[in-house]
Amino acid sequence: MAEYHMTTPLSDEDVSKLEAGDIVYLNGTIYTARDAAHKRLVDLIEKGEQLPFDLKGSVIYFVGPTPPKPGEPIGSAGPTTSYRMDSYSPILIEHGQKGMIGKGKRNQAVKDACKKYKAVYFGATGGAGALIAKAIKSAEVIAYPELGPEAIRKLEVEEFPVTVINDTHGNDLYEMGRAKYEVKD
Amino acid sequence: MREIAYDDLVKSVKAMVMHTASHLPEDALKAIEKAYREEKSEVAKSVLKQILDNAHLASEEDRPLCQDTGLAVYFIKVGEDVKVVGGSIRDAINQATEEAYKEGYLRASTCDCFDRHNLKDEVGYNLPAVIHFDLVPGDRIEIEYAAKGGGSENVSRATVLAPAQGKEGIKNYVKQVISDAGPNPCPPIIVGVGIGGTFEVAAKSSKHALFREAGTPNPDPDLDAFEKELLEELNKLGIGAMGMGGTQTVLAVHIEKNPCHIASLPVSVNVQCHSSRHSHITL
Repeated sequence: MAEYHMTTPLSDEDVSKLEAGDIVYLNGTIYTARDAAHKRLVDLIEKGEQLPFDLKGSVIYFVGPTPPKPGEPIGSAGPTTSYRMDSYSPILIEHGQKGMIGKGKRNQAVKDACKKYKAVYFGATGGAGALIAKAIKSAEVIAYPELGPEAIRKLEVEEFPVTVINDTHGNDLYEMGRAKYEVKD
Repeated sequence: MREIAYDDLVKSVKAMVMHTASHLPEDALKAIEKAYREEKSEVAKSVLKQILDNAHLASEEDRPLCQDTGLAVYFIKVGEDVKVVGGSIRDAINQATEEAYKEGYLRASTCDCFDRHNLKDEVGYNLPAVIHFDLVPGDRIEIEYAAKGGGSENVSRATVLAPAQGKEGIKNYVKQVISDAGPNPCPPIIVGVGIGGTFEVAAKSSKHALFREAGTPNPDPDLDAFEKELLEELNKLGIGAMGMGGTQTVLAVHIEKNPCHIASLPVSVNVQCHSSRHSHITL
């Protein structure tokens, strides 16, 4: 289990060295999107239109934050459950996305895409929204403001703590961790 | 007939809702601290540490514990000898919910179930609240409240077993539900199990079971023993905090049972994430 500090955009080389279970502290720009925004991004790709941000090397955080208090960049901002993005993520990965941050299991298609196109799925601690918000230094809605908490936000983060769940080699921390501690009768 | 002013009811409920969003109750905090002490996996321990740090930070800075500030769920017992003056109890609860969510900078999460648009501008901010009323003797109003997140609700399940499947069948079903849920409901979790009644009574009981203080024994000794047996079984799954593998997956199992039809054995499993935000007041 290694520890890395990385700055976005991520390269093939960056993500290829990561193994399931590694801790990564992310720096730089990351983008937020949940189901509704993912659907719109995939629609744009299918129509061959330009996306609201550059997918190449990007990291997308699955989050719908609480409204910020006056003078603060963002409210509480922990991860949402990732499977709702499973039907969209492989298409984004094929078009250059390198990292996803969420919580919970991904399907085989996402894991295959991580392996084939070199991308990783990071887990953040669900329910630690107040703590995680401390790593977010600024937030700006860059697309779909009408989606409210589900709008796409551009975040600047410092030492944002995540754990590698699915790496580029086909490993899955959820399966590995559970196999280690499961007690079979 | 005792009277309670509508505005007083709104004020009390609003204060409770705002406080609950950022202050993890003592029972949940103690259960997580115990899990932290007993966890064998270093990775899971570091996750539990983050969860505890988050709880302290949220409380100190009055920030929502989680961005999923939930749907507002209430169980309300209304005494037959008490009357709210100046408006209905339902309106008071909804008004208190809306004001607390808006003024507390909490997230509005209610939406239309088909087109998924947020209902904040037409029905109200995070409205309607989910309210279960019960009429009881006396002149008090007892209100139990929880901010219930979506992630743990999504893995909750209900079924109707054949009576012959009995306790063993219930155990296998609960184990299957929690095993399938894996990392998704933000473990360590609290598992509410509603047994018996009709289909909907089992579901409602499984929700209400989550309101009991974690760590307190079930008043029924047989159910208490069954809870402990289930707890031990579930922690053998090895899911661990946030699913990263570990010995501490379930903080507590709470069971409520009801008499049921001779042909049926309804079972419902309602899951609560570690951010078990609940509270109660009596007026």
